[in-house]
Amino acid sequence: MSAVTPALTSSRDRSGSSSGKIIQPAWIRSLHWINAVAMIVMIMSGWQIYNASPLFDFVFPASITLGGWLGGALLWHFAAMWLLMVNGLIYLTLGFATGRFRRKLLPITAGGVVDDAKAALTGRLSHADLSTYNQVQKLLYVGIILVGIVIVLSGLSIWKPVQLQWLTAIFGGYDFARYVHFAAMASIVGFLIVHVTLAVLVPKSLRAMIIGR
Amino acid sequence: MGRIRSLLIPGVDKKMLVKDASRLMPDLTRRRFITGGASLGALTMLTGCDVVDSSSAEDLLKHVSKFNDAVQALIFNPNTLAPTFPESAITKPFPFNAYYSEDEAPEVDGEDYRFEVSGLVQNKKSWTLDELYKLPQVKQITRHICVEGWSAIGSWTGTPLRDFLKLVGADTTAKYCWFRCAEGYTSPIDMPTALHPQTQMTFKFADEILPRAYGYPMKIRIPTKLGFKNPKYVVSMEVTNDYKGGYWEDQGYNSFSGS
Repeated sequence: MSAVTPALTSSRDRSGSSSGKIIQPAWIRSLHWINAVAMIVMIMSGWQIYNASPLFDFVFPASITLGGWLGGALLWHFAAMWLLMVNGLIYLTLGFATGRFRRKLLPITAGGVVDDAKAALTGRLSHADLSTYNQVQKLLYVGIILVGIVIVLSGLSIWKPVQLQWLTAIFGGYDFARYVHFAAMASIVGFLIVHVTLAVLVPKSLRAMIIGR
Repeated sequence: MGRIRSLLIPGVDKKMLVKDASRLMPDLTRRRFITGGASLGALTMLTGCDVVDSSSAEDLLKHVSKFNDAVQALIFNPNTLAPTFPESAITKPFPFNAYYSEDEAPEVDGEDYRFEVSGLVQNKKSWTLDELYKLPQVKQITRHICVEGWSAIGSWTGTPLRDFLKLVGADTTAKYCWFRCAEGYTSPIDMPTALHPQTQMTFKFADEILPRAYGYPMKIRIPTKLGFKNPKYVVSMEVTNDYKGGYWEDQGYNSFSGS
């Protein structure tokens, strides 16, 4: 681990030149915003689909759903799924291939998460260096990547419970897989609320995701 | 700037006015399946262009749906069987579901009933119910999955459609079996699915003659497809290479809708 860091820092310094170092490279920025669009379309159309046969004692207000009716929502959902899946696969491939995941998201330690969570809640967490994630960020980012994988796989298992019946079985059968898919959506929405709030509280992190530095 | 020109009344987007008006007409609203209410308007304003309003968005979604038909046909394995269940797993009561209420369901007279067979088949004779009942039957207990998301396990008994297609000398290289129902409902089934061993001309539910609620006198049971691709009250089948559309397919449901 430690051998990686100096080489990395110098390469970043070079690419950054005089106008400040690149915090979010261009490929991350494009994948991030494509994912944001795909996710929002999937969630809003998914709510409309949910309303056709609710799992719980509530439905989503029509004003926050996409598609107008079940058929329209399904068209949106099964179109945006390609964007989400292809974009997500590119992200995972590049994340592993470039070593970004290992560099940015590891290591995570229980003690580190507790310390950084305490610091964050008492307003003492530093945001001076945006190129390094704190332990809570690392945990949430790893978590949301895993949830992203679960929501795609559980979605596929609901879409193809005969052809992919082994996958449906992994998610506890067709009916249970719907709850898994819903829970994954709820986790992503929860993440989004925290993620967007923090991006607004630390605007330079939002700027870095738009212009890179 | 294009947005400014599209404003009929200052501050009011005429396209959104049309959307609002169309929402007052139930049938039209359903057909205009892109209409999504305020959220779409908000998205339009955010991006500054009519990403989701124009008919081009509708066209794009329809193209992707056709692409999804092709992908699903590719994924479809003719030898993969839908999971089967024990009698104890059967959902009771099994739900009635249609775009009309149960008391509006067709009442077909079994005496007068004729199953019409047409298109690319050698023997175009019509079949009485007695003749159909004499065909060899098999039983399946499988999961019915509705496009709405819910599912229910039922017991269906009848003749494998592929045996019937062979019997009438159907051209099984044709693309579709197109079914018509007593109330006018229609649905096209792709030939590979029609030939799937579990695709069935169903005459019985839970070992009893198919009740009116479940499609008397004949339902096409296809456990590899969503419920709306399992037509009830079936009165005719045409073997054809032409895509003839269907009741829900024409309104925007994905045509393959395989499970």
